[in-house]
Amino acid sequence: MLLFPGKIIMDYSHAAGRVGSRFLAELKKSKRLLAIRCRTCNRVYIPPRLTCKTCFHNMEDWIELDGRGTLLTYTTVYYGEPVLDREAPTTYGIIRLDGADTGLVHFLNEVKQQDLRVGLRLEPVFKNERNGNILDIKYFRPIKSG
Amino acid sequence: MRERIAIVGVGQTYHKSKRPDVNDVEMINEAVNAALNDAQLHPKDIDAVVMGNIDFFEGRYLSDMWTVDGIGSYLKAGFKVHTGGTTGGTVANCGFFVAASGLFDVVLAVGYQKQDACDSRAALMTWSDPVWDRHIHKGAIGLHARRAALYMRASGAQEIHGAMVRVKEDKGACLNPYAHLKLNLTIEDVLNSPPLVYPLRRVHMCPTSCGACALVIATEKKAKKISRKPVWVKDWTEAHLEKAPVPGIGSPEEEVSINALETAATKLYRRNGITNPRKEIHLIEMYGPTSWSELQWLPELHICDLKDSWKLIEKGVTEIDGELPVNPSGGVVATNPIGASGTLRVAEAALQIRGDAGGHQVTREVDRALATAYGAGGWNVVVLLEKNL
Ligand SMILES: [Zn+2]
Repeated sequence: MLLFPGKIIMDYSHAAGRVGSRFLAELKKSKRLLAIRCRTCNRVYIPPRLTCKTCFHNMEDWIELDGRGTLLTYTTVYYGEPVLDREAPTTYGIIRLDGADTGLVHFLNEVKQQDLRVGLRLEPVFKNERNGNILDIKYFRPIKSG
Repeated sequence: MRERIAIVGVGQTYHKSKRPDVNDVEMINEAVNAALNDAQLHPKDIDAVVMGNIDFFEGRYLSDMWTVDGIGSYLKAGFKVHTGGTTGGTVANCGFFVAASGLFDVVLAVGYQKQDACDSRAALMTWSDPVWDRHIHKGAIGLHARRAALYMRASGAQEIHGAMVRVKEDKGACLNPYAHLKLNLTIEDVLNSPPLVYPLRRVHMCPTSCGACALVIATEKKAKKISRKPVWVKDWTEAHLEKAPVPGIGSPEEEVSINALETAATKLYRRNGITNPRKEIHLIEMYGPTSWSELQWLPELHICDLKDSWKLIEKGVTEIDGELPVNPSGGVVATNPIGASGTLRVAEAALQIRGDAGGHQVTREVDRALATAYGAGGWNVVVLLEKNL
């Protein structure tokens, strides 16, 4: 039986959109994290989106978060993937930022394996050279006292 | 026994080649809000959602999942459909199936495509057979050029007839605020347009557009409550070809005819007692990927003989003020957000029946209209809409 090798290579250009672009522009410019709030159900979304999933309102109320948050869950990946640009091992988690109702998925660093736990208080570490990308936040780390 | 159903709301975006200002979800949301406003409904009134786009074009799969917030389908019943170029028509048909099942009162059907996300032709190439055709496959142009050339040979049509159809479509598009290409073309412009593959010239071929279209479909009792002018979905059919005929490889019997459109139309006419479609159908919104498609496919819809379709454009029959207007919206050749293009045909036909098409409203009264959808994947859809139950 014959098998044929195949390969699909395509370039894409993904629009961040009206709401996402504002978030990313602000992150790049001033390291401020903007969330968006639904006036009807008060749910606060980060990353922000245009429409509340339950109320269907187009949201307009922007809120600035201070970037601190609480770790909801985490895992460490010990193998590399050709499509990922970070080398293993990497640790990532879902973080609920203070004032938000949704979880933000991001990398965790500057923390020892044995210190990782649900409920850990975290803060973002930003890149110095930012280009308007969610990876302008390098990772989250435990809040340094003081 | 199925429920009688009607279209009670339609909405579409303004179509453009690029929409860098919005992401897919925000773009879809524009059409959904327009349709809900048209029906004077809130998403909580929607019981089920059918949506569709062509996979690969936006570089993400599970589009039904990540468009939930823009459509308003959170916790609702529904599914995604994808049938290649026909997707928008299949979206409408599946919306009809769901509404007619009697399980839901109000159904939202949404088609969309954001073709600024990638090279659509590269994405389309994945449609071809990886063992037999992919090395030679070049997208849709060759296939349609071959059909048009064979049509010319079989019918006696000249290049000018394809140009006349293109000018007619452009006139409609220029009157349609939502249309993408508005070129103010003359016959000379078309005949001097750069050739692609004989007899196709650049302006004959549909563009790559970004856009979305939504339909609100309701069962009879609800429809009468929601809308003063429900457009009744009398019937809908579809038929499928075998694998797409790549030039030089496809079946010889599919050279001029695409068969499946004829099969779907014949079934629809038979089921609805239509014996003289030329007189009984008052308007057609046809999914024609090139200006030549209308000439090739009106015979498939039994509107005329193959040798006579170019005479219809000569006599002005298919013009916006003609006896049987075809694509007064400008059609797919003016506006082609592929996954929405078939949905748009249904929406535009419904607006014409309501008398709400605006600048491109046809002169004649429209009691009964056809909308079609086509895709090189082989699906053909025909929808019959009526003003009266
Ligand atoms: Zn809300």
